[in-house]
Amino acid sequence: MSADGNGPNLLEVRGLTKIFGTLKACDSVDLTIRKGEIHALLGENGAGKSTLVKMLFGSLEPYSGEIRWNGAPVRIGSPSVAKKLGIGMVFQHFSLFEALTAAENIALSLDDQTPISTIAAKAQALSYSYGLPLDPYSLVGDLSVGERQRIEIIRCLLQKPELIILDEPTSVLTPQEADKLFETLERLRAEGKSILYISHRLEEVKRMCDAATVMRHGKVVGHCNPRQETAASLARMMVGNEVEAVVRAPMEGIEKAPALLEIRHLSRKPATPFSIPLRDINLDVRAGEVIGIAGVAGNGQGEFFEAVSGEVTQQDAGSIRIRGKDAGRLGITGRRLLGAAFVPEERLGHGAAPRMKLSENLLLSRHATDGKAFVGAGGIVKTGAIEAASQRIVEVMDVRKSARDPEAAALSGGNLQKFIVGRELDRKPTVMLVNQPTWGVDAGAAAKIRQSLIELARSGSAILVISQDLDELFEISDAIAVMHNGSLSPPLPRAEATFEKIGLLMGGAEPGHADHALETV
Amino acid sequence: MRIELVKRPQRSVLFSALSPFIAFVLTIVAGAILFALLGVNPLTAFGIYFIEPVSQVWQLHELAIKAAPLILIAVGLSVCYRANIWNIGAEGQFILGGIVGSIVPVMFPTLEGPLVLPLMLLLGMVGGAAYAAIPAFLKTRFNTNEILTSLMLVYVAQLFLDWLVRGPWRDPQGHGFPQTVQFNASAILPELFPSSGRANWGFVFALVAAVLVWILMNRVLKGFEVRVLGSSPRAGRFAGFSLGRMVFFAFMLSGALAGLAGISEVSGAINQLQPVISPGYGFTAIIVAFLGRLNPLGIVAAGLVLALTYLGGEAVQSALGISDKVARVFQGMLLFFVLGCDTLIHYRIRLVGFGASRIEEAR
Repeated sequence: MSADGNGPNLLEVRGLTKIFGTLKACDSVDLTIRKGEIHALLGENGAGKSTLVKMLFGSLEPYSGEIRWNGAPVRIGSPSVAKKLGIGMVFQHFSLFEALTAAENIALSLDDQTPISTIAAKAQALSYSYGLPLDPYSLVGDLSVGERQRIEIIRCLLQKPELIILDEPTSVLTPQEADKLFETLERLRAEGKSILYISHRLEEVKRMCDAATVMRHGKVVGHCNPRQETAASLARMMVGNEVEAVVRAPMEGIEKAPALLEIRHLSRKPATPFSIPLRDINLDVRAGEVIGIAGVAGNGQGEFFEAVSGEVTQQDAGSIRIRGKDAGRLGITGRRLLGAAFVPEERLGHGAAPRMKLSENLLLSRHATDGKAFVGAGGIVKTGAIEAASQRIVEVMDVRKSARDPEAAALSGGNLQKFIVGRELDRKPTVMLVNQPTWGVDAGAAAKIRQSLIELARSGSAILVISQDLDELFEISDAIAVMHNGSLSPPLPRAEATFEKIGLLMGGAEPGHADHALETV
Repeated sequence: MRIELVKRPQRSVLFSALSPFIAFVLTIVAGAILFALLGVNPLTAFGIYFIEPVSQVWQLHELAIKAAPLILIAVGLSVCYRANIWNIGAEGQFILGGIVGSIVPVMFPTLEGPLVLPLMLLLGMVGGAAYAAIPAFLKTRFNTNEILTSLMLVYVAQLFLDWLVRGPWRDPQGHGFPQTVQFNASAILPELFPSSGRANWGFVFALVAAVLVWILMNRVLKGFEVRVLGSSPRAGRFAGFSLGRMVFFAFMLSGALAGLAGISEVSGAINQLQPVISPGYGFTAIIVAFLGRLNPLGIVAAGLVLALTYLGGEAVQSALGISDKVARVFQGMLLFFVLGCDTLIHYRIRLVGFGASRIEEAR
């Protein structure tokens, strides 16, 4: 075993550069992966990790630079070339057909005409030998995200790769599912396979990886042995400076505060055959508190957001109450007029119109609530007023931009998110629902957004935050509920919540049995 | 080797503005080749095509008569297209506007007075809007493709008009010709400056509509709604705008303007209904809308250019004996080059295969 770093080099990358327009997504990147090591590629969102691995997998062509495989220079022109060399990849976003079985999905990615039954048998054998149990004849649509990931991994292993690239594999897993995955990875390493492990979760990198390459703004800022680093020192390398910690003062007497957002028996049939139904959701969010909703992606969070925001309305007017008023039948505008504000997960195309100016994007969510300030007689938009208001938000939220009033698409993801959150905070809403507040946002901006949500709550508003980032939820929430398969657990007060308990709930344990199940793990 | 369109990181503002002019120049170049192949001196032909039809004041009036319906229709279509709703059936809405507006002078030929004309114009708009509501209803209720339904309804409208003027609405004193009675004086749209030419109030309607729609699209919340729903429907839903209502709004607004163009044409230029009341204005207006960059003020200029292609087509037919279908050819080339220029503003062409193989050889 060469995990101690003495093995020969499997992959060497020198000076790899990729340019998109004026942006250097990868700027002269060096990377060395030895045989039989788990190599971490660390970096914040937008640091260039995905661009780098896409070049290694042949789905992007490098602008310049050299890739050596087993010492020989290679040109990876397409994913099939990469597969032939022995490079396999498991993407963050799965490419599986939900209406087909696991085996059929695997067959689609293989070039030869192997019969499905042979593939199913091979896949099953492989899945058990690596501790990834999988029924090859089950429909993908019926499988959990973790099981879908197993299909991707097995599909990759069937190609007998020497190097396996995993892109943020644990972002869709519960802590317990992630542990299973780590066991598999360690078994693969013991067999002498190499793994390039992309992540921004420092603890798991420290725990598993033999070497790490850290990227920031398209450049490699360091190679290190993660076992000899602390999480803080790794974070400093990733972010480039110290990040201010979020301050959350405990809130006294929340139980007595009035519930500003009440959700009662909220159910919703699946809109498409593969979307998640909502099952009898009940939740109160009181004035002054932040409630977090944890859960693996794709367990109904998107459907829940649509239902609570009023993008999709309910039959039963009492299923959503905002400030004590029935809002179930109101659309999103009506709910905003009751004092609610919403921040969706997708920034471009949902929270903001990409080709419209920031000031126009301000109007997007506030044309009704601030009708008097922004819209004059005859529906004439008061351009001066919306521009002034958007400048105010830009200053408060420290939004960095290149022009006075640029198109939303011209802003970086983090800056646009600051603007979108700021746009709603500027209204001082009494109820706020945020889906993935800091997804893809750099650490500094994320801290600012989290702090402002806490402050809004402490000033007397009710905040509901949906997030896949457990660290974030533990940082800002007064109580955490878990969404699994369209059901919502009762919120656990922050003092009682632990990663393990929340993780079990994310995996589908019954709320009452979470403590019991913990003992048996 | 293959050709790829690669999205440009930035759109050039300069070339976005220049695009229609470049397209016009390219059309002229292509037209010169066309005339040369037909054995005509291109310079002479262009003189007859583009200069002669606008060399006298009465001819400018003719230009305004041709431009008015084009501008009116195109201004309405620009709202649809900005909302990403593809109304191709303006020709049919134009015809229905003409028919419904003509109910008054045809069925009540003795009715006179100052209210007759406003009533006709109003009915024309109602007729066009109602006809445009059919594809809107089909789209919102059954999710049909509005391009197909609105286009097919054009043929329905054409045949309905044909049946009307040969059947129930045929002028009994018309010697069997397929046409309605001539409208009485109070049903005729007045001429603007009768002393110098035939141009009627339809041109004024077109200019007013262009200015109003420009204000709507650029200054009014409703126009913002059109642009948001057209460019990112999900953000539009987040804003609380309804796509279904927008489909009706855009279709009925453009239908009303096409209907107004139809009744203005019938009342101002033809003075009766005939089997054919439009030389394809509803389709040419699609070119006008894009040549005018979906901007109502640009559409006024584009409408005048396209009107000129109609007059020029007639002029070369009489002067040089070339088929007046040459007008259609010019219109088609213009649209082709405009869309081509627009594509190249958003994308650049990359030849894949050449470059890559050369890099390999170099190694």
